[in-house]
Amino acid sequence: MSEAAALVALAASLAAAVARPRWAPDWAVASLAAAALAIGGVLSGHEASAAVRHLGPTVGFLAALLVLAYGCRRAGLFDALGRVMVAGARGRPRRLLAMVFLAAAGTTAVLSLDATVVLLTPIVFATAARLPTSSRPHMYACTHLANSSSLVLPVSNLTNLLAFQALSISFVRFGGLMALPWLAALAVEWAVLSRVFRSELPEPAHGTTERSAVDVAGRVPLFPLGVLGATLVGFGFSSLIGIAPAWFAGAGALVLVVRERISLPAVVRSAEPTFLIFVLALGLVVRAAGDHGLSSFVDSLVPHGTALPQLLAIAGISAVVANLLNNLPATLILLPVAAASGPGGALAMLIGVNVGPNLTYTGSLATLLWRRVVHAHAEATDLSQFTRLGLLTVPPALAACTICLWLALQVVK
Amino acid sequence: MVAVVWITETSWEACVEQARRVIPDDAEVRLVHVSPSDVEDLVDEGVGGLLGRRPAPAPQRAVRTIAAHEAQALLEGARARLARQASLHALRGHPERELLRLCADADLLLLARDREPRLGPKSLSPETRFIVDHSPCAVLLVWPQEPPGVKTVELPPHLTDERGPGGRRGP
Repeated sequence: MSEAAALVALAASLAAAVARPRWAPDWAVASLAAAALAIGGVLSGHEASAAVRHLGPTVGFLAALLVLAYGCRRAGLFDALGRVMVAGARGRPRRLLAMVFLAAAGTTAVLSLDATVVLLTPIVFATAARLPTSSRPHMYACTHLANSSSLVLPVSNLTNLLAFQALSISFVRFGGLMALPWLAALAVEWAVLSRVFRSELPEPAHGTTERSAVDVAGRVPLFPLGVLGATLVGFGFSSLIGIAPAWFAGAGALVLVVRERISLPAVVRSAEPTFLIFVLALGLVVRAAGDHGLSSFVDSLVPHGTALPQLLAIAGISAVVANLLNNLPATLILLPVAAASGPGGALAMLIGVNVGPNLTYTGSLATLLWRRVVHAHAEATDLSQFTRLGLLTVPPALAACTICLWLALQVVK
Repeated sequence: MVAVVWITETSWEACVEQARRVIPDDAEVRLVHVSPSDVEDLVDEGVGGLLGRRPAPAPQRAVRTIAAHEAQALLEGARARLARQASLHALRGHPERELLRLCADADLLLLARDREPRLGPKSLSPETRFIVDHSPCAVLLVWPQEPPGVKTVELPPHLTDERGPGGRRGP
């Protein structure tokens, strides 16, 4: 009975997040589901407070990162990135693709995939529009890299933040173990995308022909760059100093908010409070489901150990679950079991849930199917190109990243 | 006579130059640009994959605005270079469908080869191939750059040693 109630609550929360009905927002459904489980005794007070204490710091860290990214946008950092990409491309589409790779990988690593999808993709689109090139290769690159380059640091993805909280390793060790897998993912993406889109990346016949006047010599705002740099250094030294990295993110966000004179309502909006509530509530619901059967089921499914075959299996299974449900619930469900194998198991799970979603158009089959149902009357979105790219990049990237992780685990103790 | 000219970012100059040469002065000219919907859908679906998030401003709206602005600027630049009257059509969707719809009552469609710079079927993308195959009017295919020489034709091996590009044995 408790098991069924917890699973129904989880299904309802995920359904609301996927379908997004106006009358039942996901954060409200998840909160009501968690409350119902608590009132019904499925989730005890002790378990609920333990889950909140466990997830609270991660949610706070996430809020700080969202405000930090917004502060960077208000300070003009993303516009400057667009100008740098134009200047670096020098009118050549293939070189622009390389610049997009650098920009997307860097933005995702430091400010998370949310910043890349929400803040960088319009900049990349506008930049590609200024050159005699199709925008398609650059937009596919940006979207793919938002996922596959979110491996390297704890701040690169909410899934990483959740795992980082669960593991007792330092920020630097996390980055050290994931640096090689990150580079492997970038290499696979470049090899595939530059080849698949080669006919849309021609060498220009003559010189640079930009249709719009672009001030490529415009000032690059050094202050937000400095703040980001200082925040990263703070992350690196956080375990030595004994201060949680979230405080450095908060400090960086505060500096930018003050400097850019961002109003309090704008700060609150940028932190997306409904999303934070959703993450907390979903975490409670998954905790309840886990305590009533889901964990044992996952335990029987996911291999234990950090030998290469086990790591590959963990990454593969995690990719499948992430493609079915989305990487956030997949992480919440798989993390307790994967982390039991130590950092290796948890990081292999992250490879699966971060790289895997490039296989389905919207990061999960559930969202994909729902959107097909809702938009059945409209022109069907052409899935073939994205699916083909996913099939070409995801399996080799999963394998290459996991092998690199295994190598790193032998070296970085 | 109604002539439709497909304007794209990579080949509009070549198409406009050819249009100036071949389209009669008294013909109605339609300059068409199609913003591919798959790119905008990509952003839309990418945001959809961020479970629980409702970013503001929505990036897909920004992308659509930029696309509309750039399409209009491109078409106006093409018309200025064409230096004659022409109607501008900034469309959004699948290029092959939108273009063929606009060609329903046209007499000529002018468009550029948009793939590999060599003679042969690989010089056309699948979209352009579809348009050429299903066009209800005459089609003029333009090379966006200097036309490649006949040596770029890929002949099967048994034709390359003894025979020239014309495929005839010597006397």
